[in-house]
Amino acid sequence: MPGPLTQALSLSHPAEMMIALLVGFGFGWVLERAGFGRSDNLAAIFYGRDFRVLRVMFTAIATAMLGLYSLDLTGILPLPSIGILDTYTGGQLAGGLLVGAGFIVGGWCPGTSIVGLVSGKIDALLFIAGLVVGSLAFTMGADSFAPLQDSGAKGRVLLHEFFRVPSGVMVLAVALFAVGAFWAVGKIERAVRAGRPARAPVEQEERLGTPPAAGVAQGGKP
Amino acid sequence: MNETKGFWNPYVAGIALGLVLLASFFLTGRGLGASGTFKHVAAVVAHEADPTWAEENRNIGPFFADPRRSSLDEWIVWLSLGAALGGAAAVFTARRFRIETVMGPRATREGRWVLAIAGGVLAGLGAQIARGCTSGQALTGGAQLALGSWIFMFSVFGGAYALAWFVRKQWI
Repeated sequence: MPGPLTQALSLSHPAEMMIALLVGFGFGWVLERAGFGRSDNLAAIFYGRDFRVLRVMFTAIATAMLGLYSLDLTGILPLPSIGILDTYTGGQLAGGLLVGAGFIVGGWCPGTSIVGLVSGKIDALLFIAGLVVGSLAFTMGADSFAPLQDSGAKGRVLLHEFFRVPSGVMVLAVALFAVGAFWAVGKIERAVRAGRPARAPVEQEERLGTPPAAGVAQGGKP
Repeated sequence: MNETKGFWNPYVAGIALGLVLLASFFLTGRGLGASGTFKHVAAVVAHEADPTWAEENRNIGPFFADPRRSSLDEWIVWLSLGAALGGAAAVFTARRFRIETVMGPRATREGRWVLAIAGGVLAGLGAQIARGCTSGQALTGGAQLALGSWIFMFSVFGGAYALAWFVRKQWI
Protein backbone atom coordinates (compact mmCIF):
# COMPACT_ATOMS: atom_id res chain seq x y z
CA MET A 1 0.00 0.00 0.00
CA PRO A 2 1.45 3.39 -0.93
CA GLY A 3 2.07 5.96 1.77
CA PRO A 4 4.42 6.44 4.70
CA LEU A 5 5.58 3.22 6.34
CA THR A 6 4.07 3.94 9.76
CA GLN A 7 0.63 4.36 8.15
CA ALA A 8 0.98 1.49 5.68
CA LEU A 9 1.90 -0.89 8.50
CA SER A 10 -0.39 0.80 11.07
CA LEU A 11 2.50 0.90 13.52
CA SER A 12 1.80 1.48 17.21
CA HIS A 13 2.63 4.79 18.89
CA PRO A 14 5.78 3.47 20.63
CA ALA A 15 7.08 1.93 17.39
CA GLU A 16 6.49 5.22 15.59
CA MET A 17 8.33 7.11 18.32
CA MET A 18 11.31 4.76 18.03
CA ILE A 19 11.47 5.54 14.30
CA ALA A 20 11.41 9.26 15.16
CA LEU A 21 14.30 8.68 17.56
CA LEU A 22 16.25 6.90 14.84
CA VAL A 23 15.58 9.59 12.21
CA GLY A 24 16.57 12.20 14.81
CA PHE A 25 19.83 10.37 15.40
CA GLY A 26 20.70 10.68 11.72
CA PHE A 27 19.64 14.32 11.75
CA GLY A 28 21.88 15.18 14.72
CA TRP A 29 24.80 13.18 13.36
CA VAL A 30 24.73 14.94 9.99
CA LEU A 31 24.30 18.42 11.50
CA GLU A 32 27.36 17.87 13.69
CA ARG A 33 29.48 16.51 10.85
CA ALA A 34 28.38 19.46 8.69
CA GLY A 35 29.99 21.75 11.27
CA PHE A 36 26.74 23.08 12.70
CA GLY A 37 27.66 22.37 16.30
CA ARG A 38 29.59 25.67 16.32
CA SER A 39 27.83 29.02 16.14
CA ASP A 40 30.74 30.74 14.34
CA ASN A 41 30.38 28.27 11.46
CA LEU A 42 26.70 29.21 11.28
CA ALA A 43 27.08 32.98 11.59
CA ALA A 44 29.85 33.10 8.96
CA ILE A 45 27.28 33.05 6.17
CA PHE A 46 25.92 36.43 7.23
CA TYR A 47 29.32 38.07 6.77
CA GLY A 48 29.89 36.54 3.35
CA ARG A 49 32.91 34.56 4.52
CA ASP A 50 31.69 31.00 4.44
CA PHE A 51 28.44 29.94 2.82
CA ARG A 52 28.59 26.42 4.26
CA VAL A 53 25.09 26.87 5.74
CA LEU A 54 23.58 27.74 2.37
CA ARG A 55 25.44 24.95 0.56
CA VAL A 56 24.31 22.29 3.02
CA MET A 57 20.77 23.60 3.18
CA PHE A 58 20.14 24.01 -0.55
CA THR A 59 21.79 20.67 -1.34
CA ALA A 60 19.59 19.00 1.28
CA ILE A 61 16.44 20.65 -0.06
CA ALA A 62 17.30 19.72 -3.65
CA THR A 63 18.14 16.12 -2.70
CA ALA A 64 14.97 15.58 -0.68
CA MET A 65 12.87 17.38 -3.30
CA LEU A 66 14.17 15.19 -6.13
CA GLY A 67 13.55 12.08 -4.03
CA LEU A 68 10.12 13.17 -2.88
CA TYR A 69 8.86 14.13 -6.34
CA SER A 70 10.30 10.90 -7.82
CA LEU A 71 8.50 8.85 -5.17
CA ASP A 72 5.33 10.78 -5.96
CA LEU A 73 5.74 10.20 -9.69
CA THR A 74 6.23 6.47 -9.26
CA GLY A 75 3.26 6.24 -6.90
CA ILE A 76 5.37 4.82 -4.08
CA LEU A 77 4.74 7.82 -1.83
CA PRO A 78 2.00 10.08 -3.21
CA LEU A 79 2.46 13.67 -2.05
CA PRO A 80 -1.02 13.93 -0.49
CA SER A 81 -0.14 10.99 1.78
CA ILE A 82 2.47 13.02 3.67
CA GLY A 83 2.03 16.12 5.81
CA ILE A 84 2.41 18.99 3.34
CA LEU A 85 2.91 22.27 5.17
CA ASP A 86 0.20 24.88 4.80
CA THR A 87 0.94 28.42 3.72
CA TYR A 88 0.33 31.44 5.94
CA THR A 89 2.10 34.19 4.03
CA GLY A 90 1.93 36.82 6.80
CA GLY A 91 2.73 34.49 9.69
CA GLN A 92 5.64 32.86 7.90
CA LEU A 93 7.04 36.19 6.73
CA ALA A 94 6.91 37.75 10.21
CA GLY A 95 8.04 34.59 12.00
CA GLY A 96 10.87 34.12 9.54
CA LEU A 97 12.19 37.63 10.19
CA LEU A 98 12.21 36.92 13.93
CA VAL A 99 13.90 33.54 13.50
CA GLY A 100 16.50 35.22 11.26
CA ALA A 101 17.05 37.95 13.84
CA GLY A 102 17.43 35.32 16.54
CA PHE A 103 19.85 33.42 14.31
CA ILE A 104 22.35 36.27 13.90
CA VAL A 105 21.90 37.70 17.41
CA GLY A 106 22.06 34.34 19.18
CA GLY A 107 24.17 32.35 16.71
CA TRP A 108 21.84 29.38 16.42
CA CYS A 109 18.55 28.14 15.07
CA PRO A 110 16.49 25.69 17.15
CA GLY A 111 17.74 22.48 15.46
CA THR A 112 21.43 23.34 15.48
CA SER A 113 21.26 24.54 19.09
CA ILE A 114 20.47 20.95 20.15
CA VAL A 115 23.68 19.77 18.48
CA GLY A 116 25.54 22.75 19.97
CA LEU A 117 24.31 21.79 23.42
CA VAL A 118 25.63 18.25 23.18
CA SER A 119 28.89 19.63 21.74
CA GLY A 120 29.42 21.47 25.03
CA LYS A 121 28.66 24.99 23.80
CA ILE A 122 27.50 27.30 26.59
CA ASP A 123 26.03 29.73 24.05
CA ALA A 124 23.79 26.90 22.76
CA LEU A 125 22.54 26.13 26.28
CA LEU A 126 21.64 29.80 26.81
CA PHE A 127 20.02 30.04 23.38
CA ILE A 128 17.84 27.05 24.29
CA ALA A 129 16.84 28.74 27.56
CA GLY A 130 15.82 31.71 25.41
CA LEU A 131 13.86 29.44 23.06
CA VAL A 132 11.80 28.12 25.95
CA VAL A 133 11.17 31.68 27.20
CA GLY A 134 10.17 32.80 23.70
CA SER A 135 7.82 29.83 23.27
CA LEU A 136 6.34 30.55 26.68
CA ALA A 137 5.86 34.21 25.76
CA PHE A 138 3.99 33.16 22.63
CA THR A 139 1.86 30.73 24.61
CA MET A 140 0.96 33.38 27.17
CA GLY A 141 -0.03 35.79 24.44
CA ALA A 142 -1.46 33.13 22.12
CA ASP A 143 -4.75 34.98 21.66
CA SER A 144 -2.98 38.21 20.72
CA PHE A 145 -0.49 36.48 18.38
CA ALA A 146 -3.14 34.34 16.64
CA PRO A 147 -4.16 36.99 14.04
CA LEU A 148 -0.51 37.44 13.00
CA GLN A 149 0.16 33.70 13.00
CA ASP A 150 -2.90 33.04 10.84
CA SER A 151 -2.54 36.02 8.52
CA GLY A 152 -2.40 35.14 4.84
CA ALA A 153 -3.79 31.62 5.40
CA LYS A 154 -3.93 29.94 2.00
CA GLY A 155 -3.99 26.25 2.86
CA ARG A 156 -1.83 23.92 0.81
CA VAL A 157 -0.08 25.86 -1.95
CA LEU A 158 2.89 24.33 -3.75
CA LEU A 159 5.29 26.50 -5.75
CA HIS A 160 4.29 24.99 -9.08
CA GLU A 161 0.63 25.62 -8.30
CA PHE A 162 1.44 29.22 -7.43
CA PHE A 163 3.48 29.79 -10.61
CA ARG A 164 1.06 27.65 -12.69
CA VAL A 165 3.73 25.38 -14.18
CA PRO A 166 4.03 21.57 -14.22
CA SER A 167 5.67 20.17 -11.10
CA GLY A 168 8.59 18.80 -13.14
CA VAL A 169 9.41 22.29 -14.40
CA MET A 170 9.35 23.66 -10.85
CA VAL A 171 11.60 20.87 -9.55
CA LEU A 172 14.08 21.62 -12.33
CA ALA A 173 13.87 25.37 -11.67
CA VAL A 174 14.57 24.92 -7.95
CA ALA A 175 17.50 22.60 -8.68
CA LEU A 176 18.94 25.17 -11.12
CA PHE A 177 18.31 27.95 -8.58
CA ALA A 178 20.38 25.97 -6.07
CA VAL A 179 23.23 25.47 -8.53
CA GLY A 180 23.11 29.17 -9.44
CA ALA A 181 23.26 30.07 -5.75
CA PHE A 182 26.33 27.83 -5.25
CA TRP A 183 28.07 29.59 -8.12
CA ALA A 184 27.11 33.06 -6.83
CA VAL A 185 28.19 32.47 -3.22
CA GLY A 186 31.53 31.10 -4.40
CA LYS A 187 32.16 34.43 -6.14
CA ILE A 188 31.05 36.39 -3.07
CA GLU A 189 33.35 34.36 -0.80
CA ARG A 190 36.34 34.98 -3.03
CA ALA A 191 35.56 38.70 -3.20
CA VAL A 192 35.12 39.00 0.58
CA ARG A 193 38.24 37.01 1.36
CA ALA A 194 40.31 38.99 -1.15
CA GLY A 195 38.98 42.23 0.33
CA ARG A 196 40.14 41.55 3.85
CA PRO A 197 41.83 43.51 5.43
CA ALA A 198 40.44 46.74 4.01
CA ARG A 199 43.51 47.72 1.95
CA ALA A 200 43.99 44.25 0.56
CA PRO A 201 42.59 44.82 -2.96
CA VAL A 202 45.60 47.04 -3.73
CA GLU A 203 47.99 44.59 -2.13
CA GLN A 204 46.37 41.78 -4.05
CA GLU A 205 46.87 43.60 -7.32
CA GLU A 206 50.47 44.31 -6.46
CA ARG A 207 51.04 40.74 -5.53
CA LEU A 208 49.45 39.53 -8.73
CA GLY A 209 51.03 42.13 -11.00
CA THR A 210 54.42 43.04 -9.62
CA PRO A 211 56.27 39.96 -8.40
CA PRO A 212 57.72 38.94 -11.77
CA ALA A 213 58.81 42.52 -12.44
CA ALA A 214 60.20 42.80 -8.91
CA GLY A 215 62.03 39.54 -9.45
CA VAL A 216 63.55 40.83 -12.62
CA ALA A 217 64.46 44.11 -10.95
CA GLN A 218 66.06 42.28 -8.05
CA GLY A 219 67.80 39.95 -10.37
CA GLY A 220 69.08 42.85 -12.44
CA LYS A 221 70.33 45.04 -9.62
CA PRO A 222 73.32 43.11 -8.33
CA MET B 1 35.72 30.03 11.53
CA ASN B 2 38.71 28.30 10.08
CA GLU B 3 38.02 25.11 11.97
CA THR B 4 36.50 23.46 8.93
CA LYS B 5 39.04 20.70 9.35
CA GLY B 6 37.31 17.45 10.10
CA PHE B 7 33.90 18.58 8.92
CA TRP B 8 32.30 17.04 5.89
CA ASN B 9 32.33 18.68 2.50
CA PRO B 10 29.15 20.84 2.57
CA TYR B 11 27.68 19.20 -0.53
CA VAL B 12 28.22 15.73 0.93
CA ALA B 13 26.66 16.87 4.21
CA GLY B 14 23.77 18.37 2.25
CA ILE B 15 23.08 15.15 0.37
CA ALA B 16 23.22 13.21 3.66
CA LEU B 17 20.84 15.67 5.30
CA GLY B 18 18.51 15.47 2.30
CA LEU B 19 18.48 11.68 2.53
CA VAL B 20 17.66 11.82 6.25
CA LEU B 21 14.78 14.17 5.42
CA LEU B 22 13.60 11.91 2.61
CA ALA B 23 13.77 8.87 4.90
CA SER B 24 11.67 10.79 7.43
CA PHE B 25 9.02 11.51 4.79
CA PHE B 26 9.01 7.90 3.66
CA LEU B 27 8.97 6.36 7.13
CA THR B 28 6.67 8.68 9.05
CA GLY B 29 5.08 11.05 6.53
CA ARG B 30 6.64 13.98 8.37
CA GLY B 31 9.77 16.01 7.81
CA LEU B 32 12.31 17.20 10.35
CA GLY B 33 11.88 19.82 13.05
CA ALA B 34 13.04 21.15 16.39
CA SER B 35 11.15 24.22 17.59
CA GLY B 36 8.10 22.12 18.50
CA THR B 37 10.18 20.44 21.19
CA PHE B 38 10.84 23.76 22.91
CA LYS B 39 7.14 24.54 22.68
CA HIS B 40 6.50 21.24 24.51
CA VAL B 41 9.11 22.09 27.16
CA ALA B 42 7.52 25.52 27.62
CA ALA B 43 4.13 23.79 27.91
CA VAL B 44 5.42 21.58 30.72
CA VAL B 45 6.70 24.67 32.56
CA ALA B 46 3.33 26.38 32.13
CA HIS B 47 1.47 23.25 33.21
CA GLU B 48 3.58 22.97 36.37
CA ALA B 49 2.78 26.57 37.21
CA ASP B 50 -0.94 26.44 36.46
CA PRO B 51 -2.45 23.19 35.10
CA THR B 52 -5.92 24.62 34.43
CA TRP B 53 -4.56 27.62 32.56
CA ALA B 54 -2.28 25.43 30.46
CA GLU B 55 -5.05 22.97 29.60
CA GLU B 56 -7.31 25.81 28.46
CA ASN B 57 -4.59 27.58 26.44
CA ARG B 58 -5.23 27.52 22.70
CA ASN B 59 -1.56 26.97 21.88
CA ILE B 60 -0.68 24.16 24.29
CA GLY B 61 -4.03 22.91 25.60
CA PRO B 62 -4.22 20.04 23.08
CA PHE B 63 -0.96 18.63 24.51
CA PHE B 64 -2.78 17.73 27.72
CA ALA B 65 -5.90 16.26 26.09
CA ASP B 66 -4.88 12.66 26.83
CA PRO B 67 -4.24 12.31 30.57
CA ARG B 68 -2.82 8.79 30.12
CA ARG B 69 0.06 10.00 28.02
CA SER B 70 2.83 12.42 28.92
CA SER B 71 2.66 15.66 26.97
CA LEU B 72 6.30 15.02 26.07
CA ASP B 73 5.56 11.65 24.46
CA GLU B 74 5.36 13.26 21.05
CA TRP B 75 6.99 12.68 17.67
CA ILE B 76 8.88 16.00 17.69
CA VAL B 77 10.29 15.44 21.18
CA TRP B 78 11.57 11.97 20.27
CA LEU B 79 13.06 13.38 17.10
CA SER B 80 14.96 16.02 19.09
CA LEU B 81 16.07 13.46 21.62
CA GLY B 82 17.44 11.43 18.71
CA ALA B 83 19.16 14.55 17.34
CA ALA B 84 20.83 15.10 20.71
CA LEU B 85 22.03 11.47 20.79
CA GLY B 86 23.18 11.55 17.16
CA GLY B 87 24.93 14.89 17.65
CA ALA B 88 26.63 13.62 20.79
CA ALA B 89 27.75 10.41 19.06
CA ALA B 90 29.19 12.47 16.20
CA VAL B 91 30.94 15.04 18.38
CA PHE B 92 32.51 12.45 20.67
CA THR B 93 33.69 10.17 17.89
CA ALA B 94 35.25 13.20 16.18
CA ARG B 95 36.81 14.22 19.54
CA ARG B 96 35.36 17.70 19.18
CA PHE B 97 33.42 17.92 22.46
CA ARG B 98 34.54 20.97 24.37
CA ILE B 99 32.80 23.12 26.99
CA GLU B 100 33.24 26.66 25.69
CA THR B 101 31.52 29.80 24.51
CA VAL B 102 32.02 30.28 20.79
CA MET B 103 32.45 33.90 19.68
CA GLY B 104 34.44 36.24 17.46
CA PRO B 105 37.79 37.78 18.42
CA ARG B 106 36.26 41.12 19.48
CA ALA B 107 33.38 39.72 21.57
CA THR B 108 33.17 39.42 25.33
CA ARG B 109 31.90 36.26 26.92
CA GLU B 110 29.23 38.00 28.98
CA GLY B 111 27.98 39.97 25.99
CA ARG B 112 27.79 36.79 23.97
CA TRP B 113 25.79 35.10 26.74
CA VAL B 114 23.25 37.93 26.92
CA LEU B 115 22.81 37.95 23.14
CA ALA B 116 22.54 34.14 23.01
CA ILE B 117 19.57 34.33 25.38
CA ALA B 118 18.06 37.29 23.51
CA GLY B 119 18.46 35.50 20.19
CA GLY B 120 16.81 32.41 21.64
CA VAL B 121 13.80 34.44 22.79
CA LEU B 122 13.43 36.02 19.32
CA ALA B 123 13.79 32.69 17.54
CA GLY B 124 11.44 30.93 19.98
CA LEU B 125 8.76 33.53 19.42
CA GLY B 126 9.35 33.65 15.66
CA ALA B 127 9.21 29.87 15.24
CA GLN B 128 5.84 29.81 16.98
CA ILE B 129 4.45 32.56 14.76
CA ALA B 130 5.80 30.83 11.63
CA ARG B 131 4.73 27.33 12.78
CA GLY B 132 8.28 26.00 12.51
CA CYS B 133 11.95 26.82 12.30
CA THR B 134 14.79 26.38 9.87
CA SER B 135 14.27 22.60 9.91
CA GLY B 136 10.50 22.39 10.36
CA GLN B 137 9.71 25.03 7.75
CA ALA B 138 12.69 25.86 5.52
CA LEU B 139 14.07 22.33 5.09
CA THR B 140 10.87 20.28 5.30
CA GLY B 141 8.54 22.64 3.45
CA GLY B 142 11.34 23.74 1.13
CA ALA B 143 11.75 20.19 -0.17
CA GLN B 144 7.96 19.81 -0.46
CA LEU B 145 7.95 23.06 -2.48
CA ALA B 146 5.43 24.58 -0.07
CA LEU B 147 5.02 28.28 -0.91
CA GLY B 148 4.91 29.50 2.70
CA SER B 149 8.09 27.63 3.62
CA TRP B 150 10.00 29.37 0.82
CA ILE B 151 8.66 32.72 2.02
CA PHE B 152 9.86 31.73 5.49
CA MET B 153 13.33 30.79 4.25
CA PHE B 154 13.92 34.08 2.42
CA SER B 155 12.50 35.88 5.42
CA VAL B 156 15.03 34.18 7.74
CA PHE B 157 17.92 35.20 5.49
CA GLY B 158 16.45 38.72 5.24
CA GLY B 159 16.10 39.12 9.00
CA ALA B 160 19.60 37.83 9.69
CA TYR B 161 21.36 39.89 6.99
CA ALA B 162 19.46 43.01 8.11
CA LEU B 163 20.86 42.72 11.63
CA ALA B 164 24.30 41.25 10.83
CA TRP B 165 26.05 44.63 10.73
CA PHE B 166 24.75 45.61 14.17
CA VAL B 167 26.09 42.51 15.91
CA ARG B 168 29.26 42.13 13.83
CA LYS B 169 31.52 42.55 16.85
CA GLN B 170 30.15 39.29 18.20
CA TRP B 171 31.37 37.35 15.20
CA ILE B 172 34.12 39.07 13.22
